[in-house]
Parts: sequence; C-alpha cells; structure tokens
Amino acid sequence: MLAEKHQAEIDRILSKFPADQKRAAVLPLLYLAQHDYGYITEDAIQEIAAILELDPTQVGSLTGFYTLLHDKPEGKYHIQICTDMPCALRGAEAFAKEVCENLGIKLGETTEDGLVTVEGVMCLAGCDKAPMFQLQDDQGIHYHENQDVNSTLELIEELRRRESDD
Amino acid sequence: MTEHILLRHRDVDDIDRLDVYRKHGGYEAFEKVVKRQSPQQVIDEVKASGLRGRGGAGFPTGVKWSFLTPDVFPRYVVANADESEPGTFKDREILEHNPFQFLEGVAICAYAAQANVAYVYCRGEFWDLAHALEARIEELYQAKLLGEKLFGTDYKLDIHIHLGAGAYICGEETALLESLEGKLGQPRLRPPFPAAAGLFAKPTVVNNFETLTNLPPIITRGAEWYRTIGTEKSPGPKVFSLSGHVERPGNYELPLGTSFRELIFEHGGGIPGGRKIKGIMPAGASAPLLPATDEVLDTGMDYESVPEVGSQLGSASIIVMDDSVDISWMVYKTSSFFKHESCGKCTPCREGTYWMYHVTKRIQEGNASAEDIDLLDSVARGIQGKCLCALGEFALMPVISGIEHFRADFQTHIGD
Amino acid sequence: MSNSQVNLKIDGLDVTVPKGTLIVDAAKRVGIDIPVFCYHPKMEPAGMCRMCLVDVGTPRKDRATGEIAKDDDGNVIIDFHSKLETACTSPVSEGMEDSVCSDKASAGRKQIVEYLLTSHPLDCPICDKGGECPLQNLTMKHGPGKSRFLYSEKKHLAKHVPLGDLIFLDRERCIQCGRCVRFQEQMVDDPVIGFGDRGRGLEIVTFSEPGFDSYFSGNTTDICPVGALTTKDFRFGARPWELHAAASICTHCPVGCNITLNTRREASADGQEVIKRVMPRQNEAVNEIWICDKGRFAHHFATYPERLMKPLVRLEGELVETDWDTALKKAAEGLKAAGENVLGLAGSRASNEDLVNFKQLLDGLGGTASIYGSMAGGDYVGQVGVGSGTNLSTLGEGDALLVVASDLHEEAPIWWQGVLAAVKRGATLVVANGRPTRLDGYAAHALRYQYPAAVEAALGLLQAVSKDKKLKPYEGDGAIKTAAQVLADAENLMVFYGREGLTFEGTDALARVCARLLVETQHTGRANNGLVAVWAGPNTQGAWDLGLRPDPDLRKRLEGARALLVLAADPAGDDAGLGDAIDKGIFTVVQELYLTPTARMADVVLPARSFVEREGTFTSGLRRVQRFYPAVEGLGKARPDWQIAALLGAELGLEIEASRCGQVFAAYAASAPGYSGLNFTKLAESEKQWPPVGDSDLYFGGTAFKNHHGIGVQISPACERGEGIDIDWIDPPAASKTDGILLVPVDQLYDHAMTIRPSQVLEPRLAAAAIILNPKDAERLKVAAGDMVEIRLNGHVDEMPVLLEPGTPSGVALVGRSQGLAIVDPLDVEVRPAS
Repeated sequence: MLAEKHQAEIDRILSKFPADQKRAAVLPLLYLAQHDYGYITEDAIQEIAAILELDPTQVGSLTGFYTLLHDKPEGKYHIQICTDMPCALRGAEAFAKEVCENLGIKLGETTEDGLVTVEGVMCLAGCDKAPMFQLQDDQGIHYHENQDVNSTLELIEELRRRESDD
Repeated sequence: MTEHILLRHRDVDDIDRLDVYRKHGGYEAFEKVVKRQSPQQVIDEVKASGLRGRGGAGFPTGVKWSFLTPDVFPRYVVANADESEPGTFKDREILEHNPFQFLEGVAICAYAAQANVAYVYCRGEFWDLAHALEARIEELYQAKLLGEKLFGTDYKLDIHIHLGAGAYICGEETALLESLEGKLGQPRLRPPFPAAAGLFAKPTVVNNFETLTNLPPIITRGAEWYRTIGTEKSPGPKVFSLSGHVERPGNYELPLGTSFRELIFEHGGGIPGGRKIKGIMPAGASAPLLPATDEVLDTGMDYESVPEVGSQLGSASIIVMDDSVDISWMVYKTSSFFKHESCGKCTPCREGTYWMYHVTKRIQEGNASAEDIDLLDSVARGIQGKCLCALGEFALMPVISGIEHFRADFQTHIGD
Repeated sequence: MSNSQVNLKIDGLDVTVPKGTLIVDAAKRVGIDIPVFCYHPKMEPAGMCRMCLVDVGTPRKDRATGEIAKDDDGNVIIDFHSKLETACTSPVSEGMEDSVCSDKASAGRKQIVEYLLTSHPLDCPICDKGGECPLQNLTMKHGPGKSRFLYSEKKHLAKHVPLGDLIFLDRERCIQCGRCVRFQEQMVDDPVIGFGDRGRGLEIVTFSEPGFDSYFSGNTTDICPVGALTTKDFRFGARPWELHAAASICTHCPVGCNITLNTRREASADGQEVIKRVMPRQNEAVNEIWICDKGRFAHHFATYPERLMKPLVRLEGELVETDWDTALKKAAEGLKAAGENVLGLAGSRASNEDLVNFKQLLDGLGGTASIYGSMAGGDYVGQVGVGSGTNLSTLGEGDALLVVASDLHEEAPIWWQGVLAAVKRGATLVVANGRPTRLDGYAAHALRYQYPAAVEAALGLLQAVSKDKKLKPYEGDGAIKTAAQVLADAENLMVFYGREGLTFEGTDALARVCARLLVETQHTGRANNGLVAVWAGPNTQGAWDLGLRPDPDLRKRLEGARALLVLAADPAGDDAGLGDAIDKGIFTVVQELYLTPTARMADVVLPARSFVEREGTFTSGLRRVQRFYPAVEGLGKARPDWQIAALLGAELGLEIEASRCGQVFAAYAASAPGYSGLNFTKLAESEKQWPPVGDSDLYFGGTAFKNHHGIGVQISPACERGEGIDIDWIDPPAASKTDGILLVPVDQLYDHAMTIRPSQVLEPRLAAAAIILNPKDAERLKVAAGDMVEIRLNGHVDEMPVLLEPGTPSGVALVGRSQGLAIVDPLDVEVRPAS
C-alpha cells in the first residue's frame, strides 16, 4: 500500500499545497505509484483516491491524458525517441527505425524479453542534440542526446545486464 | 553580444553553484527589493524595462502583474517551465546551468506579486533537472534565501517544484493551472484571467521561465540599462533556439531584433552540405512558415518585425529547412504533432487537427487527389478564429502557410 | 435605465436583460435561437463545442475621451470583433449589437457542425435519440448537408459501454460536450464520470467502483445532446415519436417531482398502452428539470404482473376471486357489524381524493380514519410550514437551512440536490444527526448527537436563541450556540426535520421544537421560511391537512378494534407484531395493488389502481398541491381508491361522490383552510418557465418535458393566513438507555420495498440487507463483516449479515427500512453471532 510504504514522501508532497487543495497532489502520487507498481494499476487509482479524498475517476482519468503515465504493463524501460520535426530534420526517424529493426520490433512495441518499449514521441527540448531520446524507468526519466544506433544498442545491452545482475 | 545576460554560465564557470552565483552578484537583486523596495516599485521598474513575456505572446510583464486583483490573498506565482514547443530548448539549458538566476527571478516576481508561495511547473520529461532544482531550492532554504523572515523582514517565500506528465497544452497558462490543481490540463475559459482567479481560484501570476530569468539583471542594473539591449518596442536579450539544417544548432543569446540572417549564417554557421535555405519556422511549429527570401532573412527577430513578414516570433525557436525538405512532409509532421497534443476540449481543434492529420497523411502516402490540397487548406481555415485557446490556431498556421508558399511540394504527391 | 439592466440589439431586435446575462440566454429570452451543445442554462458555461458562434459588435469608444464615438449622422459606431465569439460565454454589454444570422456567423456554425460530424456515426435510424436529438436537429438547420470527411478515416469506437448498472455509453456518438461530466460535478457532486484521454481520443470514462453510481445519473441522458448516453431501462425500447405523454407526479417521496410518463401501445400487452419511460416534467419550484433515479426507474411496480386484478373474499379460510358486488357487500356487512369500533388506516401514497372519501366513509361508520405512519408533526407544518412562493432554488447568500434527523440524500434526493445548490449559492447549512450523512460535507455546522437525542439537539438550538423565559438558557457546547446564531440571523430559514432514530413522540417533540425555533427567530409566514417534514411518502402532508392523524399506539388501538379498513398500507408486512394483532379476528378489508402480508390476512381484498392508471392530487412536503393524470388503462377490474371508498359507502347507505374525482377534490378544497379556491382546473394551470425545455429547441434545456398540465399551487400555512399559531410546549420524552444495542431503522433510497423490487433494472443497486455496525462494537460482539448475527426483536428472532461502517455511532446498529426486519421505531435489541 502506498500510504504505508511512502508515508513520509506523501506527507512531503501534501505539504506543498493548501490543506483544502489535496487534489493538486494527484500527479506526484501517480508518479509514485507508477514507480512502485511499474504502471498505474487499478488498485493504485483507488489508493490514491482514498489518500486524497477524491473519487477514483478524478484520479484514473488523468492516465490517458498525460503521456508519461502508463495504465498498462509495458517494458520496464521506455526508450522514447523524439521523432518530432526538428529532430526528424536531423535524421531521427531513420535512427528510430534502425534501432527498432535491430531489436526486432516496430516503433511502439516492446522487446521479446519484455524489457524495453521503444516509442516515438513529440519534442523533448533536445533538438540541437538529435538524435536523442529519454529513458523512462522505475527511477525517473533521463535524457540521452547526440545518439547513434550503436550507442543506443549498447545502452540497451547495459540495461539487460543490469536486469540479469539483479 | 559579448556578455551573456541569461546564458551566464557561458561566461562564468560553475555558476550553477550557489556560492559562485552569489559571488557574482547573485541574490543581491532579491535582497534589494525585499529590503528596500515596495512591491509596486518592483512592478514599476519591470514596466519601465519594457520586458515582454518570453513564452510567445510577448505581453508586457509588468503590466500583467498590475492586473492582480487588489487586496485578495493569498496570491500565487507560477513559473512556466513546461518548455514543449518543437524546436525550443532554451529553458532547459538555463535550468541545467544557470538555475539560481531563474530561482531568484521567481523570488523577485513573488515579492512583487505579494505572494508567499511560488510553484515551478516543469514538464515531466525534465525529471532529472527538476530533481536537481529541488536540491538547489533546499540550498536556498539553508542559506536563508527562502523561508521565513527573509533578510530580516517579515517577507516569507516558499518555492515548490511540480512536475507535469507529458502534455504540450500545459504550456498554455490556464491549462497549466488546471494541471497543477490535479486535473486534466485543459485550458480554462477566460475571463476570469489568472490575475483574478488563477491557481486555487486565487490571484495568480503565471510567467514564462525565461521571462523570470530576466528579472535579476533588470533589478540590479536597472530598466534603463535593459532598454539599451534590443529594439525600442522589444527590449532585452533573447535566447534563440536554433535547430534543423544548420551547421551549429544550439541556443544563441542575442538582442531582440537580430536578423534571421545573422543568427542562421553568422552564429549558426549556415546550411550544411552546400545546400540552400528553403524555409524558416520562426516559432517552432506554432507560427506560419516563412520562405527564406532575402526580405525574410534580413528581418529582425522581434515581436513587431516578424509579424510584418507574415509570421510570429513566439518562443523564438528557429527551425531551418534546406532545399531538400518537402514542405508537405513538414506540414504532415506539424499536423501529427498538433493532433497528438490537442487536448480535445473544443470542437474545431479536436476534430480539425484529426482531419488535417489524415489529409496530410494521405498526401504523404500518395493517396490524395488534387482537390485534397484545397480541402486541407479549407479545413485549416475553418479552424481559424473559432478555438478556445491558441493551440488550434497554431495548428493551422504551418498548413495554410505551407500551401500558400510551397503548393508545388504538395502537388508532387498527387497521382493521376 | 436601471444600472442592473443592459440594453442591446440581437439581429436587430431590441433586448433588455439583467447585467451579467449571457448572449445566448439574452437571445433566447426574445425568441432568437442560438444553437448550443455544451452550454446548458442550468450549468456554468464551458465554451467547448463552439456551436454558438455569433458576430459581436460593441460601440466604439474614443480613446482620448472615453466617450462613445458617433459618425457624422450622430449614430453610434459599432465595431464588430474580428473573431466570432461564443454566445454562451460572452455576457451582454450596454449598446452591444450581436448578429446571429450574419454570413460569417452562419458559416462558422456550419463549419462546427461539419467538424462534429466527422467523428459522429450515421446511425440515426437505430439511435434512441433519433427524433429528439439536438445534433440531428441542428445539423438539419445549420449543417452543410454533405461532409467532405472520408468515411474510411472515421474513428470507430465501442458502442455499448456500460458506465454503470443504469447508464450505457456509445463512444462513437459522444461529441465531448461534457454536459454529463459537468452535471455530475457541479449539480450533484458525484464526479464519478470524467473525461479521459485527449484530442480526438477524448472520451467519457469512469474509474469508480461501482462505475456510474449516482442517484441522479438518469438526468445525464436527458441533457446529452446526442444518443451517447442511454438508460438501461429505455434503450432500444421505443422511438420518441411513437410515445404518448401523460403528466404525473412521482410517488416515491415527499418532494412531488413533476414527471411525464411516456407510453406506447405494445403487442406484448395486447395492444394496451405500456409505460416506456419516466421523464422529468419541468416545475422550477419543485424539481426544476431533474428527477432522481428512483423516480425514473422504479416505476415498474405500478404495472407489475402480480398486481391484483379482481376483488378477493375469504371463503372457508381461503381468499378467492369474486366480483365487485359480492366483495363490496361482504365488506360492508363486516364493517357495519363492527359498529363504532372500525379503524381506518391510510398509507401515504393515497391521494387527497382517496383520503377525502376514506374519511367520509369512516366518519359515516362512526369509526376513526388514521394515517398509517410513525412520524408526527404535520399539524405544525400546517401552521408554520413554508410560506407560499417558497422555492429552494431561490435560497442563497444570507439564507440558512437546518436539516435534523434526516438523510435527505436517501430520503428525498431532489431536496438534497436543492439544498446543495443553495449552499453553493452561499446559503448556510446546519445539519444535526446521530451519524454522518452526505450533507455534512456541505454544512457550516454538522452537529452530532447521540441517538435518539435529536430533540435535545434541536432544543439546544432553540434555547441558545430563545427569549422565552420559560425555557432555560442553553448551557451546552459552543458549536450549538454558534449554529443557532447563524440560523437566527439568517434572512430566510427553512427547517427540514425527519424521523431518524425517533419514535412517534420523538418526532412530535422535534417538530414542536423546530416550529418554535422558526417562530421565535421570526422565520414564518413568508416565502422560503418555515417547517418541512421529510415524510416517507408523497401525500402524508395532504393527509395531515385533511385532519387525519397517526395513532400513537397502533398496536393497542388494533387490540380494541373490531374491524379494520386498510388503504395502501401494509402494517403486517412492516411489523410482525402488528400482524399478530390483526390476525386475532379483526374483520379486515384491504384496498391494495398487491397481495401484501396484510392483504393475505384480510377478509376482503379490493384491487386498487396504481397512480399511473388514474387521476388525483397529492400535497407535497413543501405543501404544493399537484395534479396527476392517467397514463394507461386500469389493470383488470381494479378501481381507484377514492371510488372504492365511495362504493363501500353506497353499500352502507352513505352518499359519497363516486364518479368524478375532480368533484371530490373541489368539495374538499371548498371547506379546507388553505385549499380554498383550488380545483382541478386551477391545478392544471401552468406558466412560462425558464429555461425553455421540451420544445423544438430541445438542444437548449434537454429532453425534460414542458409543463402543460399544471405546476400546482403551493398552499399557505396558517400563520401566513393570519390564523393563530397553537404550538404547545411539552418536554421531550425521556430516552431510556440500556446496555444493549440501539437498533435504528434508517431510510435508504433503494430499499427492498414493494415499490422498488419489481424494477429489475435497479436490482444491482439495491442497498444490501444488512445490520450496520461500528467496527469496535462488532469486535465487542465478536462478529466480523459478512458474519450473520441474530437479532431479537418483539419476540421474533431474525438473522442478518453484518456490514461495518466506521461512522456508525458506538452502541448503535443501523438497519435499512424494508430490509426484512420488522422495525418501525428505534429499539434496544440483543445482537449476537448467529449460531
């Protein structure tokens, strides 16, 4: 249960907002749940609703609106390549295609081992360092810029090693 | 410019450390206003500087502050660090390398607005940067530059970081407020404007990240000095994000009014591979495409000159396209973007962006007829002037301007 | 020109409206239709659909002087805005000129329709909304006629999504207007549906458990401007143009919601009219344009196949079918034989006409006509009830409401909604109850007392502000004092009192205290002030007004009776003890819809018509006399109750009006204080109401029905008529406290009563039959959630499962009425684990 496991963190988040505006804490708590459960589970929605005294609909309806929230189990790691126009002008689409081909998947799919989901996303504010992507994992979101196919595949291998070590 | 006002880290090493920032005059401005100026004096100074909102609209910052409903408290300040416009990456650089100048700007704004709480709304993708910023805020509390009884006065201020979760529309200030309140980030009806009923229905100032970063030097050096930079109506420095087909993409801090030509050819090193420049998107995806004529290239990048040649300065993210670019592809890309980012609240944007996406896709795939180019143009024009917020208007600009200037690029995709 | 009025021109027509009026409403007031989808006149504007685009012009002002600029001819120069504006979000301003029909505005709206239709399916021929669909109508009027959108690019979505047990969503038809979402958020504070996803993917979702669970959910289908939301009860049931409409009044609670019964002839009913749906009928002083889901869905009881079709008489111990003559003769003989020892018991769904004739019959026999019910105070309501012109929807800032011993959300949902709306407009709410209820969240002061001390709590409020020397000053805690002062200082004050946790004597004392509070704080005799009893049924107030009273000790009274005439009541079903008393050889005649436990004991059972098969009047809790009309043919040989009473009278040689219901009412009204001047014609009068609904512009207010058949008349309380007030003070009955558990019967909207059970659609929503305990008490009693417990009550032993609710007061067990436990008053009981 989030409430027990992360009591201090939840209190810290709630302390940022006026006492009668608990709803404002819903995004931070959704992140907390996503990192704990891997994605926003139905239970997590009910738990957060209970913590914030909201209707579960007021919590769950956010997952579809915000792209960084996932309501389904996908790869543990999301490699989200910017294929938006400025990056595309610098070869991001070809880069994304090639990365995927090497992994034997299509853009938007998850590798066979269930570890990595590769997605094309909109502008990440790294246009001058294209091709680039962000890596979303259970710790957060990290930028990887000035990438090429080899450096990306190496990173994925590194992630796989990290998993098998655990 | 010889000196960087905003990208100061390019002149001063380690200015992302509080001690270094303070050694170079950091937090003198905040101390000055808190100890010696009334909020109204700060507002007047900022008004006098002519500082205009860097988020895109270019609205005078001091004037925006003066709209706060009098005598209603608490008030809030919200810093818009939801930098999401395609081609824009200036705030990110400052956030990473010169964060204290931004945070001092937030503090000055909060003091002027008589707010005791400020929120920094960062796009969720800036996860690492936001967490680093949180640590820096903690340092400010340790240094007694945030918290109670600042500089021995009764003024107190808390700054909180709030992460978005992936939604371009949250860069629109009322959508941002909705998101900050824990709701879907959909724009609100205006009026009421945030200055009357913003965050938690209280009077609120929402300012762009870069706008706020301008405040410490304005306070320290004065409005008069600030006005020596840039043009008369668009004073001050601006960080231009240069991307696309240039030798040296990146951020360039230059006075407002600098010409496209200077930015692209002098600072950006020109077009790679001996190609020719074809078009410029001067405000990311959110303004009309400009064909790279000499007239356009010699236009100053400020809030008045760019509209004169048919576009907008917006967030000043300059995307350069060389003559290999098929403009119908560019329009397909921007249409995909806006279809993806439309919040869905109002009909013309929700349905129009979806429709434009399908027609541009059809054109790309060679499945379109000659009439489809006119249809695309008409669907785009149908959106014009009917939307709840600016997103829908942005979406149609690349479409209409693309067809207007480069219809041939569309026609080549039409089969028999 | 008053400052609060604004003058403008819309399509050349001069319009004067209050400042702050939106252009869309201003236009509607002068008969100009501006099409809308997302805007609804009862809700805050959203500006989402952009259908109401108009050309807006405002007078040019001279920048230097601020004066209004004029041309050479002295005419005001109007500057039209460069963009079209949404009429639903733009307030009018002085001198404004709006053009709805300009080419630019027309083209703009045409474009919006085309956009909306890009994602809308072309399934009008099979759509429930077809025929009464705002999108269909507005497309015909404003649309382009032909779409340029490729059919193959249409987004296909799920078409039968159950949002809950009662409401289905067709995702393809939804045009994302958000009316349903806003209704649930703004109007009833049940945000159990919301928007999920974004862009073209924006859709209605629920993550609540259970889904779309709200007592008001059906209203969203009325205001949905397309066929996206349909009710499980009506979907695929009929086409709107096949339906006939009859005006009626809901019988489930004292609110008296005006409803329309939509009927159709069906082969399955041998070509007879059948009720297909219940819809709200506009009455801005009662239910506005809303009804609760019980009113909408629990109508099947009225036409349930187990209805009594023929009279029954007892022959050799068995009830057997017979004809009316035989049955009436037998009934009359038995009643006559009893002499003056005849007791009449009338239930609360009997109409005024039923009661008039019933009383005449009992009077003629020399017997007593009584109300069947356990709640008192109707006579005080008659004296200091709400003043004429009272309308909950006009209470707001400066006004106050007190709700004592009642859970309005469960007992009278539309009043609950009205109170909530009043609070949102600024009214102050004080709630006093023995447990938390849903109103507490909106109350400025939520006072908690120990059951059954409702009277003491109310008395505290009275003592705190009373100047009566006979009353000792209040000495309790500050909360009551503060709350009392708020009530005393309010401009207007309405007091709702109920029966939760109280005996008959308790409710009598509570009503007295509340009445005194109103009198002493001078909140009587005018609109929006006065006492309201939250009765269990639709016409209890009417019965009190008629002079009928409940018997404080019914069991004892039954023991002395020789004959019993029961009209629309089931004492044996409610309380086994009463059943035992009846079973001891009392000659019993029952007028009923079904063979209830009481009817099974009867000597004669006379089949009555349900409210949908007859006409009559009810007097609502706010004392509005309202007329209802027959919607379908009577079932079998059943007759309306007023006529049955008259026919019985005829057998006994009494002259009672048996042929004209209106005559029964008129004769009564002529002699009844407050009712004088009323007759069926008067009650059939209506007036123009805002917002307009149910006309060809149903895109505006929704498919609620226009009121053509009478908004009723709110009768004045005695104090308003200048009659003296006579409310004696008595000390509240002393509460006995034992070590056992106090079992408190509470009202639940979806209980297991006979008026609900035949509506299968509501079955999954029925409240669980359970005994509700505080977790600590459960621990003490050694039972866990779901365990069965034994409850000893009136010498009977019942078993029930346990439900735990932390809000339940300690030492108290709650049980829903009509959940199978024979309990009317709160009682100390023994609760232990079932063996």
